[in-house]
Amino acid sequence: MGCSAFSKKNMKTKILLPFTIVSFLFIFFILYVGLNRSNIYIPETVTNEKIPTFKVKVFNSEKELTSKEIFENDIYYLLNIWASWCIPCRDEHPYLMELKKNKKLEIVGLNYKDKVKNANNFLNELNNPYTLILSDTDGTIAIEWGAYGVPETFLIYNGKIIKKIIGPMNNNLFKEIERAVK
Amino acid sequence: MKILNLLVIIIFLFNFNVSNAKDRNLNSKITKNLRCLICQGQSIHDSDTEFANSLKLVVEKKITEGMSENEIYEFLKTKYGEWILYDPALNQKTYILWLLPLLLFLIGGAIIFKNLKIKKN
Amino acid sequence: MASLIGSYSLFFSLGFSVLILFFSFKNLKNTINFDNKLLSLTFLQLLFIILSFFGLIIAFINSDFSNSTVFNHSHTTKPLFYKISGTWGNHEGSLLLWLLVLTLFIFLFLISSKKQPKKYRVLTLLFQQIIIIGFLIFLIQTSNPFAQIYPVPSEGLGLNPILQDPALAIHPPILYLGYVGSSIIFSSVLAASSTNYISKEWAKHIKQWILISWIFLTLGILLGSIWAYYELGWGGFWFWDPVENVSLMPWLALTTLFHCVLVLEKKLLLTSWVVILSIATFTLSMSGTFLVRSGILNSVHTFANDPERGLYILIFLFTLIFLSLFVFFFFHKTDGQNNTSFFWLSKETSILINNWFMMYFLAVVLIGTIYPIFLDVLTSQKISVGPPFYHKLIIPFLIPFLLAMAIGPKLNWIKSNLQNKSHLLLLFAISLILSFLIIRILEISFLVNTILFTSAFYLFFITLRDFFIKGFKNLAQNIAHFGFSLLILSILFNNFLSSEVITNLKVGETYKSDELTINFEKIEKIKKQNFEAIIGKFNVKSDNELVDILKPELRIYNQPNIVTSEADIKTNLLSDKFMTMNLVQNQEYFNIRYQIKPFMIWIWFSVIIISFGGLFSFFKKKYEN
Repeated sequence: MGCSAFSKKNMKTKILLPFTIVSFLFIFFILYVGLNRSNIYIPETVTNEKIPTFKVKVFNSEKELTSKEIFENDIYYLLNIWASWCIPCRDEHPYLMELKKNKKLEIVGLNYKDKVKNANNFLNELNNPYTLILSDTDGTIAIEWGAYGVPETFLIYNGKIIKKIIGPMNNNLFKEIERAVK
Repeated sequence: MKILNLLVIIIFLFNFNVSNAKDRNLNSKITKNLRCLICQGQSIHDSDTEFANSLKLVVEKKITEGMSENEIYEFLKTKYGEWILYDPALNQKTYILWLLPLLLFLIGGAIIFKNLKIKKN
Repeated sequence: MASLIGSYSLFFSLGFSVLILFFSFKNLKNTINFDNKLLSLTFLQLLFIILSFFGLIIAFINSDFSNSTVFNHSHTTKPLFYKISGTWGNHEGSLLLWLLVLTLFIFLFLISSKKQPKKYRVLTLLFQQIIIIGFLIFLIQTSNPFAQIYPVPSEGLGLNPILQDPALAIHPPILYLGYVGSSIIFSSVLAASSTNYISKEWAKHIKQWILISWIFLTLGILLGSIWAYYELGWGGFWFWDPVENVSLMPWLALTTLFHCVLVLEKKLLLTSWVVILSIATFTLSMSGTFLVRSGILNSVHTFANDPERGLYILIFLFTLIFLSLFVFFFFHKTDGQNNTSFFWLSKETSILINNWFMMYFLAVVLIGTIYPIFLDVLTSQKISVGPPFYHKLIIPFLIPFLLAMAIGPKLNWIKSNLQNKSHLLLLFAISLILSFLIIRILEISFLVNTILFTSAFYLFFITLRDFFIKGFKNLAQNIAHFGFSLLILSILFNNFLSSEVITNLKVGETYKSDELTINFEKIEKIKKQNFEAIIGKFNVKSDNELVDILKPELRIYNQPNIVTSEADIKTNLLSDKFMTMNLVQNQEYFNIRYQIKPFMIWIWFSVIIISFGGLFSFFKKKYEN
């Protein structure tokens, strides 16, 4: 073994070792930061996105409306996706009843994968905050809105989605909507 | 030169859309490539959550409306984000994902071939 | 009482670790032979861990809900078998299983390595103790299986019903014998590097440990796949989910390591490969543990989502990595003495090519698994990397890999020539023609599939021919490679020939298609120990002849209150018939999924055959010794 093998090893140590150490430190840093992030995916809400165009049946009737017809007036709309079998929907219901009092806001309900009888029972029990109820028995309309569960709520103005709430409304979100509608 | 040939062959093979599942059904093919947002660890095809069942209907509807596979993926991407696709698209965000393994393969090959003796001694 | 013993045993084990460290250092410094005190101490440590483990098992059997682990994961109505297996079916218990394997393996190592150099043995013990201490502290501090809760609840929260399955009961112990067993290879290589003992003798000795770890790891992965197939109800067996990938990566490293050690035991070559791979295998095991227990990744079966624990493992893992880097860079001598240029057509080169491809596959799986983390941290965007990614990058490369597997073993050491190899070309031609026919008959398009079938068949025929003509020469290798070719062929056939029917049926309704009819005859309700079952009876007819009666179930468990869908699977050598039944929200009908999956059982058989190859190799050495 001569000098060449020795200096080769030195060179290897000089370049490869720092490079390896730096790479591992980088990986460590990324994993460390990654630990504190949530691993559950929630779709991003893009503000000021146009509402989807679709046709939908009115609740408990054969009549069909288009999205244009539903959101035609120059006021704020709140589209609330709900179902009688959905427990968090019960929790958020009082907030919807409060919002019903707001003159600037109309609440449109989208009854998701529900039976007419059960939905009616639900509304009779907890009162009806909706000026209009639409029926989404197979869940396909909700998908047009980019929703994936119940409840989800959309604040709409001028054909655009201003705010999206995933999950039940709480006090903070309720206040945010009130502020946005002023 | 050998490396260049190897590179060409690899790119050529890579461009084949290797579809191993002989799906008679385009719907199955698409729903297997979609990720369920509720359970987050299953494809829409395998999942039986409400969301998955509705999405299967939506895909069916879009197919009968004449949308192509890619158009359906684009549609769902706008609604739910890229996360919903199991097959990561090749774009700025994923160049490293797709190309790094191939790059490593080529580098590995180069190191090995450099040290080989071709002539018989 | 059992919990108390269990808890104190852990502290005693930690105490023994300290004693072992002390006496090891002493033994290293002095010139006498291996200190037998160390063997006794290692044995005592193992004993206390076993005691601790039994303490936990007994707590589970007695449904001792003062123990928080038992409370969180068990229930009085659970069948006894699952009470016992529930011990390791949770985060804390599985860590105790880690310790059991760690301490068992070092003890077995010491008693089977008496002829090995003293310094090497002591250092291996020392490095292993570093790992053991790390886990003991982790266990005691953050994941104590004997944590108490007060007041004592009267009932537990129950074990997730999908974990109440025999395959899943033995999957962790078998998997851990492989996964955690690779720790001994890690400790051993660091010890050998530090004492300049990377040699043919060391290779012969460590090869047995590599085989043990590899055989168990292969079987462990197989059991996991079998469980996924039978229990999860989607009819698949591999989804490239992070937990699966995390078990595959050490397997890839270990397989490559084994092939390199085969070279090393004959000639002083590939030493750097051996050292790096030995370190990498256990490092990948630890990284895997980190990835699935810290909550950093989203996966079907992560057990503990606790960033505090994740942080500990992360720091521990990187400590081990930096330690091994230090040993490698400052102690390892590359084989500069030998000419490292290999002739292109030689066995050494074919092993290098094997390494090349295997490392590529490892890179694909590793990058696919952790890339979403990197992207999220650096750009706050989330993407999914699923089966299509892995298939696109791996399948094309399987082709040259299978061909190299067929030809490589036939080459001679140092140099080979191409005479007397006409059978190689003949078998290739047969494979090509056969594949072409299959592609045509099954109406599959794509060039890639033809070549894929050809290369798989080629390996298949070559290994088969070698078995018949050369008999017991290289038997282990033949069996393992044959098994692999069978695996690829089974997966290919299963993939192309599978079909499924998805439909909604009410009781009494019938589904009709050109090929078959499925009649939903009735439902039955049955009450069992910890669940109620709704069993559907389905008559499947093909051409008006009754082909199968399938009875998928819906199970409503009491604690936790979960509904699971149990598939009914009818297996035979030719194909599996797989049926699941699911409730549809708010409707009176059920969603039925019926799948025909040809050659499923051959997929399982081929993996068993592959592990037999390893088993043969292990026992072959015993004969020669």
